[in-house]
Amino acid sequence: MRFRLEKRPAPSQLLLALTPLFAVLATMIAGGVMFWSLGADPLEAIRTIFWDPLFDETFSAYSRPQLLVKAGPLILIAIGLALGFKAGIWNIGAEGQYIIGAVVGAGVGLAFYPTENRLIFPAMVLAGAFGGWAWAMIPAILKTRFGTNEILVSLMLVYVAENILASVSSGLLRNPDGMGFPGSRNLARDYPAASNLEIFAGSGMHWGVVAAFIAVIFAYVLMTRHKMGFSIRLAGEAPKAARFAGISPTRLVLFSLGTAGALAGMAGLFEVAGPAGQISIDFNSGYGFTAIIVAFLGRLHPIGILLAGLLMALTYIGGELAQLMLGMPAAAIQLFQGMLLFFLLAMDVFANYRIRIRSREVA
Amino acid sequence: MTDALLTLEGLTKAYPGVVANDAVSFAIQPGEVHALLGENGAGKSTLVKTIYGLVKPDAGQMVFGGRPFAPANPRAARAAGVAMVFQHFSLFDALSVAENIALGMDNPPGQRQLSASIRDVSEAYGLPLDPDRVVGDLSAGERQRVEIVRCLLQNPKLLIMDEPTSVLTPQEVQILFHTLRKLASEGTSILYISHKLEEIRALCEDATVLRLGKVVATCDPREKTARELAEMMVGTTLHVPEREGGESGDVLLQVSGLSLPAPSDFGTPLRDITFAVRAGEVLGIGGVAGNGQDELLDALSGERFAPAGSLFLRGQDVGRLRPNARRALGLLAAPEERLGHAAAPEMSLTENALLTGDVRQKLSNRGFIRWGKARDFAKSVIDTFDVRTPGPETAAGALSGGNLQKFVIGREILQKPDVFVVNQPTWGVDASAAAAIRQALLDLAQSGAAVIVISQDLDELMDICDHFTALNEGRIAPIRPASGLTIDEVGLMMGGAHDMHEAETAARAEAEA
Repeated sequence: MRFRLEKRPAPSQLLLALTPLFAVLATMIAGGVMFWSLGADPLEAIRTIFWDPLFDETFSAYSRPQLLVKAGPLILIAIGLALGFKAGIWNIGAEGQYIIGAVVGAGVGLAFYPTENRLIFPAMVLAGAFGGWAWAMIPAILKTRFGTNEILVSLMLVYVAENILASVSSGLLRNPDGMGFPGSRNLARDYPAASNLEIFAGSGMHWGVVAAFIAVIFAYVLMTRHKMGFSIRLAGEAPKAARFAGISPTRLVLFSLGTAGALAGMAGLFEVAGPAGQISIDFNSGYGFTAIIVAFLGRLHPIGILLAGLLMALTYIGGELAQLMLGMPAAAIQLFQGMLLFFLLAMDVFANYRIRIRSREVA
Repeated sequence: MTDALLTLEGLTKAYPGVVANDAVSFAIQPGEVHALLGENGAGKSTLVKTIYGLVKPDAGQMVFGGRPFAPANPRAARAAGVAMVFQHFSLFDALSVAENIALGMDNPPGQRQLSASIRDVSEAYGLPLDPDRVVGDLSAGERQRVEIVRCLLQNPKLLIMDEPTSVLTPQEVQILFHTLRKLASEGTSILYISHKLEEIRALCEDATVLRLGKVVATCDPREKTARELAEMMVGTTLHVPEREGGESGDVLLQVSGLSLPAPSDFGTPLRDITFAVRAGEVLGIGGVAGNGQDELLDALSGERFAPAGSLFLRGQDVGRLRPNARRALGLLAAPEERLGHAAAPEMSLTENALLTGDVRQKLSNRGFIRWGKARDFAKSVIDTFDVRTPGPETAAGALSGGNLQKFVIGREILQKPDVFVVNQPTWGVDASAAAAIRQALLDLAQSGAAVIVISQDLDELMDICDHFTALNEGRIAPIRPASGLTIDEVGLMMGGAHDMHEAETAARAEAEA
């Protein structure tokens, strides 16, 4: 017996549209088996992850706002990443750009402490975007000047960024009133001019969520109406045709890595000034990597990313709930999220290819 | 009919929306060179794939050597004695000739024995080939020999050749024909597919003409004129490109001393290319594939920069300008590869119209695309150039080769270029579409543009060009007026004079020895 993948001449559009749904279903099934093997009731585990955070009377008051809090940075980062992915430029280092954005943005805010001025928070947002942009420019410029691989460089810079984070939280940005503990002043609690609080109480909606929605609209218009979006799609689908059309690969790399970096940096700033509150050694929580899953789960389409970000946020919150209520290990939840990407990619293969089984021929 | 090598009876194959073969019946006699003629989309490929076991027919049967023949796959077809040389070579550049041949065989013998038999076969049929050379260093003609020798090693009874001469110089064509005639005289039947009617008249004894999947005629091509054959294929009277000998005007494009290194390991460097094209003139650039055609087009279109001082448009140095800046000045181009280079396969015709039309047709406003205008532009290309498609929203990849080519060429011509460079304008395009494209190029020159046609089809170049030159290993031959050139002279230009010199020296050395 031998399996062979055969490209479908015309993949069904319906099938392609439904693959994310199938992927979610398959994840539920495989995840259920995993939870069962860990000694939990699979149905209860699935319900705890997907249903309780939104509708359970006890938890939803806390966890419903968390949906937007978690989805905001995921969507913001994924929108930026998707621009590059569409053009075939693989920025894997959004986590690093997120960290540097947070550090630079928070640094600007802390430099003004304790001045109260309306302009401080906007300045921090700009500084955060600049930090992420500058961090993304490193792989971008290395790629365009020396032809280095942006996957490797952007990924390695994540670890550099983590070390910078550790260094500033116990050095440059350490809270002078913190009795020597690492970590900056708490912006959300102690510095109103620099805080990114909920716009409507109990909604989870902070400025980062607003920025994410704006980014979705911006990306949608860019991809459908603007020449830059056309260039991005063309470069991804037919690189030679893109060169013929006069699209400069250098410009595309700088634009897509720069935009992704700026958005990730902003996401970092919104996080540090709001939900996280302070720069600390363990400030980053993997949004930059999870956003890669979100981008693909959303088929690199702005609206798809919006929905995928909300779904992924739900698995985060539900996952925490499952850890709390069912005693699942954190690794099981990460595995569960990984399954989602795995199944999505697998379903994609089946939508585009069909399996042929052939008995081995005698040579 | 009973002694025929291969008899096809009522072969039918339908795909959704199109009947590719409709009750096709004909027979191939042993030792016969049989031509299969037809426009693109007439069903030639499907028919050949059926014989070679790549396609299963819906109805009908084949008899091969007196026995029912229904190959399940190419391996079964090869085992029965059917071999095929495809239009596109399937060779690995980095491997040697012998290694490539072994890869294509079902039961390759040992390397040493294989090399010996390659030498035997290639000598016996006048196809000189060194088994140890790396394929990446071979010319297109030599690569084709690799494919042919691979087939001959299997001792086929029927050899199928799909458009074999499109990459050959006239001299190489003569060598190929010599080989094919020798094979036929030994009893091997040959099924020969080509668009080049003169070749078919010179080589084939019998011809089957397909139109829209049906056999519309069988004839002896030697008794017909090329025009009669073409009209059988098309089903209507064929429009032959017409031209009026216009006065040529000022020099529009001047290339002087253009040299560029090869873009990749298997590319060709451009060496000191110098020529000029005038308004109203059609300059033909011949040459065997892989001698710098793609590289020249890239340098002219702006995909690669030319050194300063080597490329002038109306006296202005444009060598360092990007493609869109050159388009704005009136220098437009259409590359050879339709899918993936001239057009993006998965994008709609509207999007593909935007691909090169943005600057001159003003399809965007401050970066925002005017989709309505782009669609109108795509529609006018479709209407003006008779592109058969449901509409501008169709993906480019869904069009047939000829229709997409009409779109790609039409897209540039409708933008009224001052200088238009086109590589292989009618490659793989059926006769009526090719005639339409050639006429459009002539009309463009008539209207005062300078047209550069890079092509491997000499008949085409002789039809439409005022001046002729050829590329050989990235060098360009001195430009000659096209009228009065003999096919031998053309062949020498394509082969490059230095080649001839070496050959002469070798011949003399041999004579002296």
